[in-house]
Amino acid sequence: MRRSQWLDPLPRGTDLPVLLPAAAGLARSAASERITGFPMLRLRAAHGVALLVLFAVGCGIAEAQGQLSQPSILTTIWKWTPLLLRGFLFNLAISFLAMALGTVAGLFLGFAQISLFQPVKKTAWLTTHFFRNAPWLVLLFYCMFLLPFQITVFGVTIPLPDWIKATFGLSLPVMANVSEILRGAVQSIPTTQWESAASLAFTRRQTMWMIILPQCIKRMLPPWMNLYAILTMATVLVSIVGVSEMMTLTRQALSAENRPGLLLAFYSYVLFWFFIYCYPISRWTVRMEAKYAVNL
Amino acid sequence: MDSFWDWFRWLHDATGINLTIFYDKFDRGRFASGFLTTVRISAICIVLSVAIGILGAWLQGSRLRITRNVVHWYIQFFRNTPPLVQLYFFYFGIGSLLRSADGAGSAVPLVSNVTWAIISLSFFAGAFNVEIFRSGVEAVPKTTIEAAESLGFSRLRTYLFIVLPLAFRISLPALNNNLVNLVKTTTLAYAIAVPEMLYVSSQIWSDELNVPVMMNVLLICYFVLVGSLVYVMHRWERAIRVPGFGA
Repeated sequence: MRRSQWLDPLPRGTDLPVLLPAAAGLARSAASERITGFPMLRLRAAHGVALLVLFAVGCGIAEAQGQLSQPSILTTIWKWTPLLLRGFLFNLAISFLAMALGTVAGLFLGFAQISLFQPVKKTAWLTTHFFRNAPWLVLLFYCMFLLPFQITVFGVTIPLPDWIKATFGLSLPVMANVSEILRGAVQSIPTTQWESAASLAFTRRQTMWMIILPQCIKRMLPPWMNLYAILTMATVLVSIVGVSEMMTLTRQALSAENRPGLLLAFYSYVLFWFFIYCYPISRWTVRMEAKYAVNL
Repeated sequence: MDSFWDWFRWLHDATGINLTIFYDKFDRGRFASGFLTTVRISAICIVLSVAIGILGAWLQGSRLRITRNVVHWYIQFFRNTPPLVQLYFFYFGIGSLLRSADGAGSAVPLVSNVTWAIISLSFFAGAFNVEIFRSGVEAVPKTTIEAAESLGFSRLRTYLFIVLPLAFRISLPALNNNLVNLVKTTTLAYAIAVPEMLYVSSQIWSDELNVPVMMNVLLICYFVLVGSLVYVMHRWERAIRVPGFGA
């Protein structure tokens, strides 16, 4: 792969000048997606409005199907909101922890991927791609079933509740993606930077820490934040393995109410909470991406 | 062949690695059918989502504003909501409405869970494909289309024989990313009890209590499945790359 591919996929000297700029845009997004692993999430205010409309329709359906004696749908949702929000905070806690663990591990793996020592580099490459190619749900199951429910270190027994195991499970794919984001960012820095650093007698370590990495951080932030938003949305997966987060609680609330037509109202309500949380992150990511899009 | 399968029985006795999916005939059948279900769902979803992508990109170029708006909102919905929520929406939301009574008077779903998984995942990946193909179509210059017109091509034939082949070659890298994601997302069908690889594996490990072994088998199977898709698609991508375009 050419070094500057991430930034400049259409070389100026192309022998096929007939394709319009959309082709270059597509190639650029495909190349960056191949590194970050996910398409950029671009939430807009209109999506929130659409969710509210969906919620209103859901409420309408529920009112129409319910009996007059029953409390109104909004009262019902309000009644369940504290419980659902506790579940939502749990989702956020899982996402924070998984992101933190995944980022730390991913940075180590990413540095191993750009090592000059071939065995380290190859192993890190294989690890990264192994965890990138495995579906999230399979990794989640892997950690849920294979980690013990408690570990004993130096005589101290540390319990590992379900949600901690699920967090480990989610941090594995995050680790692989962060590793690839780091490698991609380092590769996107033009070779000339390395060469000028070498000509100024910087060692490899100095070049890395003082010249390359400070430039990489700006490039890594937008895909990293995008990964976080996607991870937050993926935390609902842990409901499948039986951790009681927002999705599980919603299902329980629905069966407790045992009333037809609540489905759409409740699920669009859940979606709306996720939207409120992810929308600022997504906007900020887009802004930052535009701000840091400097050609070197 | 039997001695080959029996070797795994010996392996179990000797090392404790309990690969029932090889020496036990019933488990072998279950796992094979799960693997094939995953492959089948992936293949059907890939074909359908590409078809949706092509159709959507064509409709987005329509002169009618309403058609363009419908496609726009379709993309927005499926791009910005988690696929698990979409799956639940289709299976529990719409699926519960589409029921008919059987002879005994109980409700039977008209559409099976496998079909819902295929529909939901195809729409999910299709939304991304529409955008990918649209960018690909946009990249084809108007002069090329005018040249086709001057050669007597109709609008449909221009699209089929001139625009689409060019657009496809431009879109392939982005398309590959999306299709790889799609194959990984098929595991979500577990949530609505579709008997795919993850689901049958969980059945096997609850019956045979060989959780660690099955987990590793599963992880390796997915790695091989997705890895070979990535490999084949990248080879294809390089083979039909527009010369001089990209790096």
